[in-house]
Amino acid sequence: MARRLPCQPAPDPLSWAFTTAMSSRPTESPSFAALHALFRKRIALLDGAMGSMIQTHQLQEADFRGERFKSHPHDLQGNNDLLSLTRPDLIEKIHGDYFTAGADLVETNTFNSTAISQADYRLESLVPELNAAAAACARRAADAATKKLQRPCFVLGALGPLNRTLSLSPDVNRPDYRAVTWDQVVAAYVEQIRPLVAGGVDALLVETIFDTLNSKAALFALESVFAETGVRLPVMISVTITDASGRTLSGQTVGAFYNSIRHAKPFSVGINCALGGKAMRPYVEELAALAECYVTCYPNAGLPNAFGRYDESPADMAAVLGEFAASGFVNLVGGCCGSTPAHITAIVQAVRGKKPRALPAIEPAMQLSGLEPLRVA
Amino acid sequence: MSTSVPNSASSFLVIGERTNITGSPKFAKALKAGDWDACLAIAKQQVESGANVIDINVDEALIDGEATMVKFLNLIAAEPDICRVPVMLDSSKWTVLEKGLQCLQGKGIVNSISLKDGEAEFLRRAQLLLRYGAAAVVMAFDEQGQAATRDEKVRICTRAYRLLTAKIGFPPEDIIFDPNILTVATGIEEHNNYAVDFFEATKLIKATLPHAKVSGGVSNVSFSFRGNNPVREAMHTVFLYHAIREGMDMAIVNAGMLGVYAEIPPRLLELVEDVLLNRRPDSTERLVKFADELKAKEGGSAAKEKSVEDAAWRSWPVEARLSHALVKGIDQFIEADTEEARANSAKYPRPLHIIEGPLMDGMRVVGDLFGAGKMFLPQVVKSARVMKRSVAYLTPFMEEEKRLHIAGGGTAKPNGRVLLATVKGDVHDIGKNIVGVVLACNNYDVTDLGVMVPADKILATAREKQVDVIGLSGLITPSLDEMVHVAKEMTRQGFTVPLLIGGATTSPAHTAVKVAPEYAPGVVHVLDASRVVNVVSALLSAGQKPKFMAETVGKQEKQRVEFADRRNKRPLLPLADARARKQNFDWATVDIPRPEFLGTRVFSTEAAAGRAEPLGPPKVTTDGRSPNGAPSGRALPLTLGDIVAYIDWSPFFSAWELHGRYPDILKDPLVGAEATKLFADAQKLLARIVGGKLFTAKAVIAFWPANAVGDSVEVYADESRSKVIGHFHHLRQQLSKPDDQFNHCLADYVAPKDSGRLDYIGGFAVTAGHGVEQFAAEFRTKHDDYNAIMAQALGDRLAEALAELMHKQAREACGYGKTENLEMKDIIREKYRGIRPAPGYPACPDHKAKPVLFDLLGAPAATGITLTENFAMMPASSVSGWYFNHPESKYFAVGKLGADQIKDYADRQEIPVAEVEKWLAPYLDYDPA
Repeated sequence: MARRLPCQPAPDPLSWAFTTAMSSRPTESPSFAALHALFRKRIALLDGAMGSMIQTHQLQEADFRGERFKSHPHDLQGNNDLLSLTRPDLIEKIHGDYFTAGADLVETNTFNSTAISQADYRLESLVPELNAAAAACARRAADAATKKLQRPCFVLGALGPLNRTLSLSPDVNRPDYRAVTWDQVVAAYVEQIRPLVAGGVDALLVETIFDTLNSKAALFALESVFAETGVRLPVMISVTITDASGRTLSGQTVGAFYNSIRHAKPFSVGINCALGGKAMRPYVEELAALAECYVTCYPNAGLPNAFGRYDESPADMAAVLGEFAASGFVNLVGGCCGSTPAHITAIVQAVRGKKPRALPAIEPAMQLSGLEPLRVA
Repeated sequence: MSTSVPNSASSFLVIGERTNITGSPKFAKALKAGDWDACLAIAKQQVESGANVIDINVDEALIDGEATMVKFLNLIAAEPDICRVPVMLDSSKWTVLEKGLQCLQGKGIVNSISLKDGEAEFLRRAQLLLRYGAAAVVMAFDEQGQAATRDEKVRICTRAYRLLTAKIGFPPEDIIFDPNILTVATGIEEHNNYAVDFFEATKLIKATLPHAKVSGGVSNVSFSFRGNNPVREAMHTVFLYHAIREGMDMAIVNAGMLGVYAEIPPRLLELVEDVLLNRRPDSTERLVKFADELKAKEGGSAAKEKSVEDAAWRSWPVEARLSHALVKGIDQFIEADTEEARANSAKYPRPLHIIEGPLMDGMRVVGDLFGAGKMFLPQVVKSARVMKRSVAYLTPFMEEEKRLHIAGGGTAKPNGRVLLATVKGDVHDIGKNIVGVVLACNNYDVTDLGVMVPADKILATAREKQVDVIGLSGLITPSLDEMVHVAKEMTRQGFTVPLLIGGATTSPAHTAVKVAPEYAPGVVHVLDASRVVNVVSALLSAGQKPKFMAETVGKQEKQRVEFADRRNKRPLLPLADARARKQNFDWATVDIPRPEFLGTRVFSTEAAAGRAEPLGPPKVTTDGRSPNGAPSGRALPLTLGDIVAYIDWSPFFSAWELHGRYPDILKDPLVGAEATKLFADAQKLLARIVGGKLFTAKAVIAFWPANAVGDSVEVYADESRSKVIGHFHHLRQQLSKPDDQFNHCLADYVAPKDSGRLDYIGGFAVTAGHGVEQFAAEFRTKHDDYNAIMAQALGDRLAEALAELMHKQAREACGYGKTENLEMKDIIREKYRGIRPAPGYPACPDHKAKPVLFDLLGAPAATGITLTENFAMMPASSVSGWYFNHPESKYFAVGKLGADQIKDYADRQEIPVAEVEKWLAPYLDYDPA
């Protein structure tokens, strides 16, 4: 396959999306077989929060800037993704700590590594480099851990939700207005995905989805890159149910969301962020009943308290996820905001020996959706 | 729609055509004028009238298709009432379709792609659809043109299917063929067979191309009868009837304008079928002739006159229009009429004057008609909806006025302030909501605290709002006690306002005996909503109150005396004697069926969405209990449609205070007309609930090995009986009875342990209530109490029907149900073997029996039903109970209970007597210490 250097300028993504549409179907990467083997054998473990671990180091503006961005015209503190370039040692260590704690898969430090999100820091031009660096940090940690721990350790290229949405208007007086277009979102994701794939991630994770249309654009971008490289990687998808309404921020139910992304033939689909595990239970259960692929769940360590911290102890989280495992809901568990390696270790113990969810055989049907699902058998 | 094609309707999709510019002149006009609100209203209206999917087509020479499609879809995305359903993007331009796909967060349908431009372009577009995630309508069209005959249609569809599935892996279930519905009866002979060609092609496509669907735009078929809607509608209805029978899955139609096949006049039906089925050479001329006659007839007479009469009231003065709208419950023009009155500031200097004037005049007419029995509750609630809309329209003006004249005083003076609440521990509020609406229409300022309201909150609010009357409602028996508690608290806190008592378990007797003695300023029992205005107005009138209260107190005193007499006249049997009079069975010969499963079985409408076939029976753990209280195995599928067949409609009418048995009530000389309307509205909402899966129904049923020990039932982990996992304690009738009757207890229907035979007892908990409150609340925010109450009433009916359906499942699991061969009406009248008594009801009046039952069933995890502190089930539309299989089991009322049985019952459960007395207070035959 022809790998493109991360910093090589990209052609307009949509022009080749059209020209390559008729090319033969991409072949599956070897990571499919390795991941299937893991997911069939037992419940797999994802890592915990990256941000919470970075927070413990109490980095200052200067730490974020390093030498290279000393005179950048915009504040950079809080741009965690930039640390893949300015503190790669720290990012690699956090990945390593999660593997040691029991994680089978870690996410690259790329939640905000798109031109749309990096525009907040005026670092749009850095996107290919940020993603390449993040993939390299995670890859080094995974390769070292595989050797040391004598078990396969995987890297997931993380695609975050963006800070602009395709389904919602930021202006209540103009409900038809959108702050961003489909083509812009697809282009931003393509620019992020290329260096992640070139950097050797084993699979991609479209996560913390609160607007399904953004995620559909990410999935469109993924298919475009697969068509370009001729190789398909496993695609994992994780949605965020924002509150007890059981809906995404853009208003879809779990069933409607699943129908909206099912065309991507995901390797897994799941729920993460926003809620603690306990509050997620009904939605995970619902998803487990309808998903034809693996089901994942990595909740926050509870809801943020008055200080913006998360209160659930490793034992608390492990109890909830252990129960999900016992109920046969999940194939992969892990942690989102507020979780740490200690949480992952406790979760590993709680799910040990519990059977992974068996994939159900579901009769094919046309599965449409608006905000609600519509199944036409 | 659901009535036009029996059998296949539930799975047939209605695709709304009114947002299609080529199919709807109204939409075309609004779109060209840039009237987006009107466009959205059309979209919303068709979702409300039952469209499962909406078709959007903006193809017009003078319109920028791409920009218009994007703008309209973005606007729709902000309207949850519209975008809850999937969208069908409809355009002849690929670029418009693609722009549309970029706006849909859900999975929609693209209409259409075809082989018209060759294989390469067809597959390129299909490949992009895969990437966007959309289903595709594939027209029966190829490089040579449109397929007209059966064989051409099938050949092109088959070629497209093979290309899509084999070449690019397009999922066959996402392919929808449109084999072209072409116009018949054009006078050209070769067009005569077009409908038949479509029917036959549909049948072949469905048989030979697995999982593919068939759709079509039906209005095309009748194009030669433009301008003659009765004939066109009949043609569409008949066409659909036949097409669906051949396997058509969906059609683009006007969701609000579908006829009923069975109701087409026989002559018209025959002529239309002759045309569509191409049954005779002169069928076209015959239908054309009939159509002309029909048109001539319609031109002068009936229809026109009716519409003239209907419209006449629109030319009346605004006051008369407002009154008419209120009395007839028409909300279509109410805002415009209200505005017209408001704009006339000479006549109505203040918005309040409109409320106090024409609106209240109208409501007085409504009140008088209701009081005289000439209007019925559903109409009153519809009138209230109109009133609320009008008041809601005026409210901002009144607030503005208040702001401007902050010192000017003169606020609206209501007739009085009434506080309503369903008491702590209870969640039932249909009746209370009706009372609130009726009071509000009579210009009372109603504060409704909702359900599960503790006494201190009721009284604190009453003080803060300085209410004139407090009304308490409840349905379950423990609520009676809670009402007594509120009365006591009112005395302790020195209240003086009257207290009203209402709700299904309350009675004049209970109010007289238990509540009234606790609160001297006055407690009045209100039988139903139609009485409440009279009661409240009497209580708030200084002139009427003394006489009214004197009468009430007199009646209550009489009831107390009667109650005491009754109690003295019929002494209860000592418990031992009552037990000696139990019904004995020859246990050696009683038929005891062994259920085909032990442990729990879970059903859910959410499971139905996930799979087509029920899974095998779920596993049972060794102790017969579900692991962690969770349901064992996965839920079996259930659909709301399955449940509907089991609805017993008679109680539905009672909920609306229309009394009579269904279906006779529809023909009742007094309430028949209104009952029929109510029933039609109920069917409409029910279709929406079922079609949109708006309520979630869940059920858990179980059987366990069991034996009776005395008046209790021991439940075992398994058939070895080595481990007891719970007890169901029952109560026995203690009334003295004639010699030929028994003193019943539910435990008698289970084989006693010493009989040597192993028996089984069942349990169940079902709910149709998930979604009911949200749905009702949506209506309430739109000031539509009529549909809010309707939604709750239907939730209750569905829950009861689900209990009936599950009981059928349970009987079948026990074998004997498989051969019972009963018609639905006999099932609804419970003419089968076995009973399913519910805790809190006459045969087992103790609500406190629910926690044990729920625990064994794992009910909260399986069904999402939880219990309040007073053991009411939440959501309210829920039912739980036991199954008894004994062939002679029947329902009975336990009746009054003596101190000896209460002590025995407390000892059996190892709880204090006072605790039992608290929960069974209404049934005690003595005054507890």
